[in-house]
Amino acid sequence: MLTFEPYGNPTYFALLGVALLPLMIGILYGKRSRLYETLISIFFLVLTFGGPKWTQGVALIIYILYEVALTWGYAVYRKQHNSGPVFFMTVILSILPLTIVKVTPAVANGQSSLIGFLGVSYLSFRAVQTIMETRDGTLKDYQVMTFLQFMLFFPTISSGPIDRYRRFEADYRTVPDRDKYLGMIQKGVRYIFVGFLYKFILAYYFGTILMPKLQIMAMNSRGGFLDLSWPVVGYMYCYSADLFFDFAGYSLFAVGTSYLMGIETPMNFNQPWRSPNIKDFWNRWHITLSFWFRDFIYMRLVFWFMKHRVFKKPTTTANVTYIINMLVMGFWHGVTWYYITYGLFHGVALVLNDAWLRYKKKHRQSIPHNGFTQVFAIFLTANMVCFSFLIFSGLLDKLWFH
Amino acid sequence: MDIKATVLQILNDLTGNDVSGAMDDNLFDNGLLDSMGSVQLLLQLQSDLGVNVPVSEFERSEWDTPNKIIAKVESLA
Repeated sequence: MLTFEPYGNPTYFALLGVALLPLMIGILYGKRSRLYETLISIFFLVLTFGGPKWTQGVALIIYILYEVALTWGYAVYRKQHNSGPVFFMTVILSILPLTIVKVTPAVANGQSSLIGFLGVSYLSFRAVQTIMETRDGTLKDYQVMTFLQFMLFFPTISSGPIDRYRRFEADYRTVPDRDKYLGMIQKGVRYIFVGFLYKFILAYYFGTILMPKLQIMAMNSRGGFLDLSWPVVGYMYCYSADLFFDFAGYSLFAVGTSYLMGIETPMNFNQPWRSPNIKDFWNRWHITLSFWFRDFIYMRLVFWFMKHRVFKKPTTTANVTYIINMLVMGFWHGVTWYYITYGLFHGVALVLNDAWLRYKKKHRQSIPHNGFTQVFAIFLTANMVCFSFLIFSGLLDKLWFH
Repeated sequence: MDIKATVLQILNDLTGNDVSGAMDDNLFDNGLLDSMGSVQLLLQLQSDLGVNVPVSEFERSEWDTPNKIIAKVESLA
């Protein structure tokens, strides 16, 4: 049986084009066929999770039933009651599968968990967010069918972008008018073609051609200070370029395909390499993930800390929460020393960044601000980020411990 | 109590700037507000005006200028 990585090869795109054509003609004439949309969703989900990967497919089905039970149950419960402990329990239960998937390799010699499947992290973000907005009372009209469509929306199921229930629902319940939709088609097609350039040319060059060579050179140049060498520096930039083009390319495919389906899935990248500081970087890099962390972890923790007056000074609150927030992000990537260090690195970077911004605000007159300082800031930020990606890449783990 | 004056007072205290001269300037773009500031704003609105805004109601694009914030608070008060 055929099986594909989403957006993995030309056949996938050909099938996508054929499957989307009737749907696109429908939207142009102001109609959405729920039945057809569901059928092609199932078709592409089977392509991704069927055949030799059927165990993942089973894991996905069980996982979805579990999350539906939780979110639906909580939505029903929340209409009558609002207890804190019940809310916390529901959130913990909803991230339990993800936690098991992430912790298993660390405790079972790198073996992956049986309940894992491609996209489990991204689906967990959507489920948790649905529960939190239900608690807040901002999501009042929970519908099982909409939740299923939201979770199983096939263009974004494997790696995001992470949409929001209410935003998705608003798009899904309406049909864009013809002018608007023609604009969306134009954008969607452009995104997909830029995606080809990013993923199949640039990421292929950096990731498949160049990176393995640099890795071998780096491993052969061990022995110096911390086993560092010029090839390690080369690897750092090469890995960063690959990470960006690979993931930005995938994201463009996912957003482009969504647009063709009349859904404005949010963008994931916005010129991250021109950020003048780390804080701005996180507004431009993997945006839907960092905004998810901002809205559902950072802001909520800060709110809780301040309401209960846990820390005296607001800056202490902000700093502690930065570290927690980024550590959680590190753990989410996987329970290895390098992912956690990566999280900690960014947490500390955000704390220092804020301190600098405060200092700069106070001494506005005496600190120069011109074209040169701007270029310097961008250069410094990009290099800090690349260094953090070197930690993230795991190369140091290979250099030091293997 | 005058909502507009109270919100402006909160924003002035929070940002350390007088924002009343730039009612349509984006507070996030010019670095006067961030996530931390947003939460402080929400808490202050709660204690000074009794307006309850859950964090998930805080859609940044709807709260990014003094005028928008005032309009939002007036609609919720």
